Amino acid sequence: MEAATAGRISTGVELHGVSKTFRNGRRAVQVLKDIQFTAEPGEFVSVIGPSGCGKSTLFKLVAGLERADTGTTEIGGKPVDPADNPVAYMPQKDLLLPWRSVIRNVTMPLEIGGVGKSEAMERARKLFPVFGLEGFEDAYPFTLSGGMRQRAALMRTVIQERPLMLLDEPFGALDSLTRTEMQEFLLDIWDRFGHTIVFITHDIRESIYLSDTIYVMTARPARVRMKVSVDLPRPRNIDVITTPRFTELEAELLHALREENRQQEATF
Amino acid sequence: MSIISNIRTRSATGVVAADGGGAEVEWVPSRGERWREAMVFLPGLLLPIAILVIWQLYVSAANVDPTVLPTPIRIVTQLYEQRSIAWENTAQTLEEMVVGFGLSVIVALVIAFVMDNLRWVRNALYPTLIASQTIPVIAIAPLMIIWFGFGLLPKVLLIILVTFFPIVVALLDGFAATEREAMDLLKTMGSSRLQTFRLVRFPGALPNFFTGLRISATYAVLAAIFAEYVGAYHGLGIWMSQAKSSFRTDLVFGAIGICALISIALFALIAIISRFVMPWHYAARRKG
Repeated sequence: MEAATAGRISTGVELHGVSKTFRNGRRAVQVLKDIQFTAEPGEFVSVIGPSGCGKSTLFKLVAGLERADTGTTEIGGKPVDPADNPVAYMPQKDLLLPWRSVIRNVTMPLEIGGVGKSEAMERARKLFPVFGLEGFEDAYPFTLSGGMRQRAALMRTVIQERPLMLLDEPFGALDSLTRTEMQEFLLDIWDRFGHTIVFITHDIRESIYLSDTIYVMTARPARVRMKVSVDLPRPRNIDVITTPRFTELEAELLHALREENRQQEATF
Repeated sequence: MSIISNIRTRSATGVVAADGGGAEVEWVPSRGERWREAMVFLPGLLLPIAILVIWQLYVSAANVDPTVLPTPIRIVTQLYEQRSIAWENTAQTLEEMVVGFGLSVIVALVIAFVMDNLRWVRNALYPTLIASQTIPVIAIAPLMIIWFGFGLLPKVLLIILVTFFPIVVALLDGFAATEREAMDLLKTMGSSRLQTFRLVRFPGALPNFFTGLRISATYAVLAAIFAEYVGAYHGLGIWMSQAKSSFRTDLVFGAIGICALISIALFALIAIISRFVMPWHYAARRKG
């Protein structure tokens, strides 16, 4: 089984003193304030924080969809240039187009990038068994279960062969069993392709289980409250959740987040 | 290697099975279900039949003058006797509708596309488009005759005027309903505005488009008849007008019947095309 995405490609991200303010009618709302953020090449980094704190804005800056007011955003040592399409982005909703078969959804980014249809299909076909979707190439997305849809969306992200993947709460809408399965699955994929992954989540356990490093954001305007290195050995399996170190990390993160949540509520 | 086989096993036994059999299961309807499906159309047929029967019975029993109200049987037999004239006029009206409605759809697609992509065109055009819908057809149709004569052109123009607006509005609403996140996602894939339009905005607006088309189709028949009524060489509208003047009420009703059939046929045609163009839409709706 040759992987369609051969070799380990990865790039680091570095945000330095990044701030962003949005105008909301006549009010200016500061969303990000003096963000310092680093993801090393090949690292799995999670970003966790109160809802509505501006995590998605962070992603949009890195993806080149928004521009920061101050500070620098660098990918692989160079300022973000949207024209390079440096990242593969996976939003919270799977956003599979209902009028395209699963394989045509997966090949869409290649099609946009000008890859010929037959080559794109061939590359996608190789990935289907890896993502456990063999036999569903020509099915319409609505026939798939939630977990299958997320795997298809992840495949659409991986096939782009971008060195950096931004995953914005990709498993947020799944039930807990499917979610656990998808987490294991994501680690397999990461292990296989070696991307740099930046992962947004609400779920403390999820972030510890998956990440090398966790950034905890403050309530709005979001700053980095703390940076936690997860020193649990890899490869990890689901049993790691019951280890003392895991519980310790969980408690530490939970305290930090609860404090931020309280502050968030106070400002509303 | 182990990872792959692992995933395979997991999905083969767990996830896929949990979905209840997957995507390719064919549904074979039972005889009872087929019957129930057919029954859906039955009331729609029974009601007009009931009306015709009551009509027939009342007119024969009350001995109404046929120039006032002919019986349905008389309408049909007279229509059959005059079938070559009826066909000539029907063909003319059909031609106007095909040309007019066809052009209208094309005009609507172009206008909606431009309005969606250029904000200033949208802002400039929208008030005028709405205003164009307040023009009374009754007033404009005779003027069209003065300006463009008795030929095909005034009919086609009137049909376009009446039908393109609902299609444009439906398309614009459909385009606007595209999810912001989907647009962002395509942007990160390096999609140009035009590509995004082709890949997401346009296909996403198709269900709206067909709804607009169905509404417009009924207007198209009305507009054609009206345009002819005020002046034409041939066509169901002018035929109705002539039949009325010579007290051939039966032929007036005959022409009305043909118009109704054209409307229903057009409506059905659009429904069939939409099923052909958007199989995913109907399949998802059946499931959902």
